[in-house]
Amino acid sequence: MSIKRLKETFKQLIAYKSAVVGLCILGFIMGLSIYAVITIPYEEAVKAWRLGEDVSINNPRNAAPSWINFFRQKKLPETMVMDTLKSGSNARKIIIPRETLSALRIEFSFEFNYDDFPSEINLFLTSKYNEAAPYITINWTKPNGATIRLKELVVKGTDRYYISIDNELAKKLRLYLSEKVGQEIPYEIPPHMSLFAVEDESILKPETAQVLKGKYRMVIEGILFGGESDVDARLVVYGKVFGLAGTDHLRRYLVIGLLWGAPIAVAFGVLASVSISFIQMIIAAVSAWYGKWADMLLQKATEFMMILPFLPILMMISIFYKISIWVLLIVVIALSIFGSGVKTYRAMFLQVKELPYIEAAQAYGASNFRIIFRYMIPKVLPTIIPSLVLSVSGFVFLEAALAILGLGDPVAPTWGKIINDAYDKGALYQGYYYWVLEPSLLLVLTSLGFALLGFALDKIFNPKLREM
Amino acid sequence: MLALRVEGEIMEEKILLSVKELCKWFELRKGLFGKAGYVRAVDGVSFDIKKGDAVSLVGESGSGKTTLGKTILRLYEPTKGKIIFEGKDITNLKSKQLLEYRRETGLVQQDPYGALPPFMTIKRVLEEPLAIHGIPKSERIKRIYNVLEEVRLTPVEDFVGKYPHMLSGGQQQRLVIARAIILNPKLIVADEPVSMLDASVRIEILTLLKELQKKHSLSVIYITHDLSTTRYFSEWIYIMYAGKIVEKAPTNTLLKNPLHPYSRTLLDVIPDPDAENRFKIRDIPPGEPPNLVNPPEGCRFHPRCAYFKDGLCNEKEPEEVEVEKDHFVRCWLYG
Amino acid sequence: MVKSLLEVKNLCTYFRTTKGIVKAVDNVSFCVEKGETIAIIGESGCGKSSLAKSIIRLLPRNVHTYIGEVYLEGVDLLKLDEKKMNEIRWKKISMVSQAALNSLNPVIKVGQQVAEPLIIHEGVSKKVALERAKKALSMVGIPESFADRYPFELSGGMKQRAIIAMALITDPDIIILDEPTSALDVLTQASIMNMLKIIKEKTVKTFIFITHDIAISSELADKVAVMYAGQIVELANAEKFYKTPLHPYSIKLMASVPTLRTDKKLEFIPGTPPSLIDPPKTCRFAERCPWKFEKCKNEPPLVMVNDSYVKCWLYESKGR
Repeated sequence: MSIKRLKETFKQLIAYKSAVVGLCILGFIMGLSIYAVITIPYEEAVKAWRLGEDVSINNPRNAAPSWINFFRQKKLPETMVMDTLKSGSNARKIIIPRETLSALRIEFSFEFNYDDFPSEINLFLTSKYNEAAPYITINWTKPNGATIRLKELVVKGTDRYYISIDNELAKKLRLYLSEKVGQEIPYEIPPHMSLFAVEDESILKPETAQVLKGKYRMVIEGILFGGESDVDARLVVYGKVFGLAGTDHLRRYLVIGLLWGAPIAVAFGVLASVSISFIQMIIAAVSAWYGKWADMLLQKATEFMMILPFLPILMMISIFYKISIWVLLIVVIALSIFGSGVKTYRAMFLQVKELPYIEAAQAYGASNFRIIFRYMIPKVLPTIIPSLVLSVSGFVFLEAALAILGLGDPVAPTWGKIINDAYDKGALYQGYYYWVLEPSLLLVLTSLGFALLGFALDKIFNPKLREM
Repeated sequence: MLALRVEGEIMEEKILLSVKELCKWFELRKGLFGKAGYVRAVDGVSFDIKKGDAVSLVGESGSGKTTLGKTILRLYEPTKGKIIFEGKDITNLKSKQLLEYRRETGLVQQDPYGALPPFMTIKRVLEEPLAIHGIPKSERIKRIYNVLEEVRLTPVEDFVGKYPHMLSGGQQQRLVIARAIILNPKLIVADEPVSMLDASVRIEILTLLKELQKKHSLSVIYITHDLSTTRYFSEWIYIMYAGKIVEKAPTNTLLKNPLHPYSRTLLDVIPDPDAENRFKIRDIPPGEPPNLVNPPEGCRFHPRCAYFKDGLCNEKEPEEVEVEKDHFVRCWLYG
Repeated sequence: MVKSLLEVKNLCTYFRTTKGIVKAVDNVSFCVEKGETIAIIGESGCGKSSLAKSIIRLLPRNVHTYIGEVYLEGVDLLKLDEKKMNEIRWKKISMVSQAALNSLNPVIKVGQQVAEPLIIHEGVSKKVALERAKKALSMVGIPESFADRYPFELSGGMKQRAIIAMALITDPDIIILDEPTSALDVLTQASIMNMLKIIKEKTVKTFIFITHDIAISSELADKVAVMYAGQIVELANAEKFYKTPLHPYSIKLMASVPTLRTDKKLEFIPGTPPSLIDPPKTCRFAERCPWKFEKCKNEPPLVMVNDSYVKCWLYESKGR
């Protein structure tokens, strides 16, 4: 097929508005795919997706996309990371050295002006020492001046202080606030709320609690024993929104999964569709051309395979064998190649076989192989292109469906897997709609793109559908 | 010895194609394995064609003329009989030798557009036979240009990149002819090559074919149902009816003096443009061509023949008789 | 003066296509008397089938222009609404389309199909219609028993006869035959022409016989109209036409037809007809005409030479 022919087809294609829309959508999806493949190599993505927590410890859990704040009156907080190891991150560290003891002071200060409380507060500590581990105290100062002693501890190596789930601290703060307000606070208020709340009656109900806006400080004072001792700290105040797409229960930034879902979905769909169509076409051509025994055998094989239930078999294989997505692709192809397409194409080839130019080719000595591949298939090929494009959507959804059922590749970052995770963790009950909507939207968009393109191609290659 | 050999060579050189009692029967299948009889499309045909001669094979649909043409080209496998080409028995050739035979023959079909792959450019259409028979690439383009000039699809550069649907019917048929002669064959079978073309284009194509035939000393089997074109094309006419050749003669002889009753009818019913025709009711044999699964006993034309002789025509098949020089008939009127 | 049965005046039918406007019928005029047969001769693409469909008003959807006058017994068919036209169609004028062999419904018996026009147009009961259908079949040479058969059981020639029977069964005044025999063998063709000749004589029917085959046209024609590139270039009586055609195209066409009985040198017409999309303003045949001269730059008028009409500058001086 020459380039000229392609250009002509393209020109006809863009005359249809639906095709233009379809092409734009697909262009967008392809853009995502290319971006994903370039910026995050596959192994890294799988690693990031699999390890989850360890890699994305700085991300909040189940955070919504940050652009949600655009639509909200009460702004949800972003995540703030303050790290002594990173310059310019609102962390100041001073060490005042003496001979055997050194005084350490780390101060984190930040403005908190959001309308909602953070979801979590964690403090990550690392220390270096020779003999004795450093000893620190941690204090918290609210904008209204109140200072609270959070904890005292000895930092051995790496340590993590999960402030939000420190029960003792929680009880202590609850008492403090109850006294301040003059009433007992009837619920177990967590530290990440009490440390940020306005200290009046509003705190008596969690719905009415308000955030005290202003400058906050955390001061870590400590003693270092020995000259080489050192302590570094990282304070993370986790927000409720994160990035373009939010995060999931394992703190994984959804954009990674969504981005990588694109090339996987497209690759799976296109590879499945193209391989199956081509192999079916070849089987049909051979069957139609040779006739007699070959035809009978191939047709019986096809009929046999057509009766077998596709999805249940696929599910069975997935249950018994944990298969990766590419093995899944091969299994899908293997189960589909003797499918109904063979019958349809065979009917077309039987017609093409009777065309005069086939007979002419025999007269000048063309071999069977040549006739099948150079005379019959090129004639039928344009007719199958629309159905080829249209079936891509089906395979994209198939892969997603299997993943949602928990039968797909357990580690590959696909859209179906994201929905599966969301479903498992009850995303819709907990109000994490974005978690389900984002991958679903992309799935629908991809299918829509291929469908629009496919229908427009159908009108071009099957002129009978054209309107006058 | 030398004289004998020279004579032998001359003899062989004269006759290009010799067909002996050729039969082509099509099986009628019943169910998966059953046979319900045969359609005897070609049932015992014999003739010789000299090198450089054009023969018109005339008959109506169902006469077997197309089947005969295709069997000679080995597009169908002969059921019985022999085909001898240039002294070699090609009846049962296979694979490589059959490929060589295909190089020596060409086919021109009735439907010019259908005979061309719509997705190939003209260059590619003509290149295919060359590629199949191993003509080296360096030589191909020269041959393609030459043959396009011969069929007058010029300027050649304009045409090589075009697709078949961009050509008119006449041009398409010229391309088909070009493809048929590009390997320099010795025999062309032209199956109703002009029936689907306009009246004014027909004579153009037949003239071209005639020119090429003379230039390359081609033997042509011109299959047609239109007797009126035979005068302008062939040296011989063979009339076919129900799978058999019923009359063979040089063209002018047959047109002036048709012997077989069927040939006579064919000539009678073909009108020349004449205003008096509308007042003439023509004499047409009743009935229709016979069923080829169970053809009538004896002479196959007897149910429709005005000269039918009971006891003879419906029992014994007439043999071929040479009534005058080179004029053969199969009819009990002359047997 | 006896009024003609059919009078076509300045008929124009243009079609809208993706490539432009096809002027298939471009200002065509002729008339046909009762009992007369007019043959419309032309090659493929000259517009003769479109002309037939324009007369009987069975045009496809993409018609761009459809003007002129078609008087059938004095009534202009183009001015009738669809309902009135339906009453006239098949009752006064019927048509046998090209390649009609394929217009038989393969799942309905032949007799029923031939009877259908009666049931639709005359509201006759099924039983009566079937009886008349059997009579019509025998009139065209098919045994009455064949009415119970399905189309696939009939040969090509018989199918064509059945279609003709369908066109005759409502006893219309005019029957349009569009290439009725082109797909058939010579003997079958001859017997159908015989049948038409007999019907023409016995029942005084008027035929419009459209064909590309000059020889066959002479089997039935009383009058001949030659069509080229959407226009009628010659209109003459049969006796005059077949002996001495006037228009250069007619002459060249006649010269390109091989004859069995006369010895004649065949000539072919080089070139191809002009496209019907935006046809040239010159005489449309000028490009291929061996007698072309300067006047041919303009469209020639229709000139009357004795009883014939020719659209050619060569005859301007001879007639009116």
